[in-house]
Amino acid sequence: MSNEIEHNAAGAVTEPIADPGLPEHQYRPTDVDPAQERRTERQISFMFGLASLLAVAFCVAYFAIDDNQTFLGWSALNFALGASLGGALLLIGVATVQWAKKLMGDHEIIEMRHPAASSEEDRYAVMKDINAGIEESGFGRRPLIRNSLLGAMGALALPAVVMLRDLGPLPYGHANTVWAKGMRVVNDVSGLPIKPADVEVGQLVNAEPAILFDVDEEGEKVLHGADALAAKAKAAVIMVRMRPEDITPSKGRENWGVDGILCFSKICTHVGCPISLWEQQTHHLLCPCHQSTFDLADNGKVIFGPAHRPLPQLPLGVDSEGYLIAMSDFPEIVAPSYPELARDQKKLGDSA
Amino acid sequence: MRSSVRNLSTRRRHPLAGLVVLLVGLVVAGGLYSAFAPRAATAEEVSSRDVEAGRQLFLIGCASCHGKNAEGITTQNGGNYGPSLIGVGAAAVDFQVGTGRMPMAQSAPQAPRKTPVYDAEETRQLAAYVATLGPGPVIPEGDKLNYKDATAAEISEGGEFFRTNCTACHNSVGAGGALPNGRYAPSLEGVSARHIYEAMQTGPQQMPVFSDDVITPEDKRAVIAYIKAVQDQPNYGGLGGGGLGPVVDGMIVWIAGIGGLVAFAIWIAAHGARVKKR
Repeated sequence: MSNEIEHNAAGAVTEPIADPGLPEHQYRPTDVDPAQERRTERQISFMFGLASLLAVAFCVAYFAIDDNQTFLGWSALNFALGASLGGALLLIGVATVQWAKKLMGDHEIIEMRHPAASSEEDRYAVMKDINAGIEESGFGRRPLIRNSLLGAMGALALPAVVMLRDLGPLPYGHANTVWAKGMRVVNDVSGLPIKPADVEVGQLVNAEPAILFDVDEEGEKVLHGADALAAKAKAAVIMVRMRPEDITPSKGRENWGVDGILCFSKICTHVGCPISLWEQQTHHLLCPCHQSTFDLADNGKVIFGPAHRPLPQLPLGVDSEGYLIAMSDFPEIVAPSYPELARDQKKLGDSA
Repeated sequence: MRSSVRNLSTRRRHPLAGLVVLLVGLVVAGGLYSAFAPRAATAEEVSSRDVEAGRQLFLIGCASCHGKNAEGITTQNGGNYGPSLIGVGAAAVDFQVGTGRMPMAQSAPQAPRKTPVYDAEETRQLAAYVATLGPGPVIPEGDKLNYKDATAAEISEGGEFFRTNCTACHNSVGAGGALPNGRYAPSLEGVSARHIYEAMQTGPQQMPVFSDDVITPEDKRAVIAYIKAVQDQPNYGGLGGGGLGPVVDGMIVWIAGIGGLVAFAIWIAAHGARVKKR
């Protein structure tokens, strides 16, 4: 690129286009017309006055309006509070803008650029203070103190690391779920045990392991609090019934269903959202989070979306009283996918 | 009293007297008949005449897709042109025809809710006919639908059932949601208690069945009570936005709210009257 700026003999730069300078100042109507000025002044003070009235109206509405009253289908109280406070703030804002634009000083100001650094003297004085501090504290002369101080500061990170680590379990190295051989599959919320005849073709049952509803002799839940929630978060299942001829079980899974009733984990294998969006005619189960789609008639195979391993299936059976039970825990890991999953799956397979 | 009898007596030769007497007679006879005549048949007591009328309606309006004997029609490549109606029960007919979903206007991924084609009487006859094809769920009535008496505890339990079983498709306040391939879970706004009950019982279109053995009639009543309660509650936050949740709310605030403020600020800066001369 050629240097297009020419230098004249004195070394000053001549611009290729002459600097036109500032445009001529134009006045506002309020600058030239006293009547307009007074009118604007009245407008602005009226808006400020109305804002203070609205602030008072807010307080009145807060006490006067019953919180069951409605206005246009909305809560009358919320509407009044929002309208009065919002209106007051809006009026103060509009009045201030109006004041600044119409009445406040209106002359152009030029401020030249200047370097951002402090002056040489200031910088020298600061560095002198710092160096004096280092010298007098002996930070450089006493390495034992300096190094032990740094060590102590570093050691302070350990409690933080330990506490952060203890916020939750690592995603691997844990037993799978609370399902076990013989545990009944019960309806979620009501805890009702289910017989095969209760489930119709096309039916979806959002189910849980019976242990979540079991009580001990004193009527207390066996699992409660955080334990119950953790167990529920992993063991939630959906049970569906399809026509047996529609189902194509893979090898070894032929007897995992009861008359076309199959049971799958409710935890999406992608990032663990609970899935129960089941299309009964297509036998597809959709995850609402990222649209992973599983074909429950085909062993929970992924047919669409970001999940990349099939939904774990729970082998079903029937107990002596005719209720549906699990025949074992999930043979596969119930969890969103994580890097060490294949290794843990191998461990789970070896221990089973 | 006596004066009114005299009035009547003096007007007995009025030109319109005969007409009035005739009208009074008809009203009395009709009133007596409706008071003593057998009640209009419910799901249990349908006459063979209803079944026959229903069969005639079926042959005209339904048989082209569902087959002359409601056995269903299979397409050449094994698809389903119209499913078999044997064993679907009166409840399924009452839902599909009563909400206008059947007959379908055209072959489409989803039969939408629309103004019913058949009136209540014809729907009842169709239901009576289909109910004779095989045992199926009957049209719910009485206490099962009596959601207005539900206590706060029942409504809250209904909410738990709803959030466990229904929200995945129908949204937490029943606003509906999308399904793949042009299908959708419809909004529950303005759907009668009977139709909600029937939908749970029969599983129309892609909706799964929730049988009375698993979600009991009391549970279903609680679910209906929750749906109605959630639809009736005033919207304390102003615009509900279909209960789509914080992500959508946030998006609207970012785009419309902050965008509006930016536009307002630009408007303020761009405007301001100026005059040439002082």
